[in-house]
Amino acid sequence: MSVRVGQAAEAPSFPTAAKELVADSQLRSNVRRATDVIRTKRGRVVGEMPDWEELRASASAIKGHTLRHLDHYLEQFEAACTQAGGHVHWARDADEANRIIVGLIQKHGQDEVIKVKTMTSDETRLNVALEAAGITPYETDLADLIVQLGEDRPSHIVVPALHRNRLEIREIFLKKMGLDHLGYEPEDLTTAARQYLREKFLRVKVGISGANFAVAETGTVCVVESEGNGRMCLSLPEVLISLVGIEKIVPTFQDLEVFLQLLPRSATGERMNPYNSLWTGVTPGDGPREFHVVLLDNGRTNVLADAESRETLACIRCGACLNICPVYRQTGGHAYGSVYGGPIGAILTPQLQAMEHSQSLPYASSLCGACYEVCPVRINIPEILIHLRTKVVEAGGTPLSEQLAMKGAAFAMGDAGRLSGAHSLVRIGQLPFKRGEKLQNLPGPLGAWTAFRDLAAVPPESFRQWWERRDGEKQS
Amino acid sequence: MLISLFITCYNDVMFPETGKAVVAVLERLGHRVEFRAAQTCCGQMHYNSGYRKEARDLMRHFVEVFADAEVICCPSSSCVSMIREHYPKMAAGLDDPELARQVEAVVSRVYEFSELLVDRLGVTDVGAFYPHTVTLHTSCHALRSLGVGDKPVQLLRQVRGLTLVELPNSDQCCGFGGTFAVKNADVSGAMLSEKTHCILSTRAEVCTGGDNSCLMHIGGALSRQRTGVRTVHLAEILASTDPAEVRS
Repeated sequence: MSVRVGQAAEAPSFPTAAKELVADSQLRSNVRRATDVIRTKRGRVVGEMPDWEELRASASAIKGHTLRHLDHYLEQFEAACTQAGGHVHWARDADEANRIIVGLIQKHGQDEVIKVKTMTSDETRLNVALEAAGITPYETDLADLIVQLGEDRPSHIVVPALHRNRLEIREIFLKKMGLDHLGYEPEDLTTAARQYLREKFLRVKVGISGANFAVAETGTVCVVESEGNGRMCLSLPEVLISLVGIEKIVPTFQDLEVFLQLLPRSATGERMNPYNSLWTGVTPGDGPREFHVVLLDNGRTNVLADAESRETLACIRCGACLNICPVYRQTGGHAYGSVYGGPIGAILTPQLQAMEHSQSLPYASSLCGACYEVCPVRINIPEILIHLRTKVVEAGGTPLSEQLAMKGAAFAMGDAGRLSGAHSLVRIGQLPFKRGEKLQNLPGPLGAWTAFRDLAAVPPESFRQWWERRDGEKQS
Repeated sequence: MLISLFITCYNDVMFPETGKAVVAVLERLGHRVEFRAAQTCCGQMHYNSGYRKEARDLMRHFVEVFADAEVICCPSSSCVSMIREHYPKMAAGLDDPELARQVEAVVSRVYEFSELLVDRLGVTDVGAFYPHTVTLHTSCHALRSLGVGDKPVQLLRQVRGLTLVELPNSDQCCGFGGTFAVKNADVSGAMLSEKTHCILSTRAEVCTGGDNSCLMHIGGALSRQRTGVRTVHLAEILASTDPAEVRS
């Protein structure tokens, strides 16, 4: 088995990628504006819910229970879905999922597919596999379409083109849709997208979707969206294939009651999604004639195996943690090098990949806790970030200079006498860098501090020295 | 009341004036302050950076030093958060019931400075005089982990001469985050520039708060940008008095 999360294995480290993105003023303005709008809307519709905390607690409990009994619920889902006329496939990793999907499309002799709401297919890089097999994928979610036409990468788990403003989108459309004229009002852009997509909805015979939820009890799959393009993709094709991460399972239909309240409010600040599609197997004369579910592991069982961090899999991909995150706010999603950005990406990607390739991600946070506060399923992201940092340290993944500094500091702090000794050393050591009462151009990692900020010099007398002196004076 | 001061390692070395201010305020209110010289560090930097073994050793040391202290006061929310939020979890993971019991006992007696004044001592007017326009930066740990709420505001409102102005987007992190400021200096710097922008928009002369770590970060940028705005720990504001009153 080889786990792949998009192109995270080849991505530069977070600080390296962030350095460039932070300097992109257009991107930062786009991200700031978009996240400000979404988080304000979210705040308004969450604030009007008197039972929000109870809902969060319920969601957390349902997900916790499901993850502990996932084997049971997955088999129950398989049985129910099969019973309803669906076909269930199991994929251990990205390659296996892609092979299954390509095989199904080829079996039907098709060379194009329409896709909607399947970030998981970005995780497996399905489009690359489809194109290699001569199959053309058309993204139909508006934001995914913008990313696809722009030959870009998604930067947000709900709003993948959040880093683009409408003038940039207009340029992409003009170039890729072969248009002569196009306005830049939202209506102009959506009209162009509608005309471009409508013809594909009516022509293409195979649809590929993701899922927000999969109900074990009934075998039902659920997708929520705002545009209606999803509804077209799910109902018009003859064959529908849903790629579903194994963590999307909820036990009963009634559990959706909790999640369908939490998700739209957290994700887009809507009380309810404009389109809630739920389907169970196939229904003769209505919708696709053939339905396949591909259940994907791709490292999820790695996450499940770690009791300290398995709640990561409770994520319902609302993106609230991205919109509130002051780090994401400065960089957008590309800095995370994964299809999953922001705080949840910083804990999910390293775990799916068993801490390979993405060791800088657990450090891409100031641990401010805003993500935990807004998470509708109460995932303690800061605590999991710290847990993953512990794993990096245990694997010897931190720089030697840091290891020495941390061990040195721990030794000095182990005893008050040693701490005083260290204090004297620091006071002497700072002398070459002292300019008046400030320190400048500090060496090594501390140079990163003085690059952006002044640092006051260490005062000659520590608190404990003052206290001893005062005690002495009192007694004499 | 005998109050044991946990000064914290960085306040001890970098910000002794904050410690002196805490002592001044508490003594002015008629309490006795003790300083246990064996104290060192709560272990937060090690814990947050993934050095758990080192953090555990520092936790043991803290518990040993403060085991029999009646009330422990600490002028740093992030250190109190480390103790209150993470010590019990760390201790629970160690299979040492005696340590877990000691941790539980000591944790309940640790107060952040504004918590001690407002909750435990029941005072908001500490007799301070500080004739300046001040804005308050509430650190993430104070806001989200401790939930200090408006305690610092209650205290500042009683300071004579002080004009308190509200900080926009006050719930957004300043970008310090311990080693984050160094490991992710560019992003930290970008977060910091948003914070200083908000502070300057208030036209305050002073930005205060309960954590010298954030204030060192914010103050470092305010100084680098030559803004003329300074950062001052809440305790130092509460310790200032009217010189005319002292003479009389």
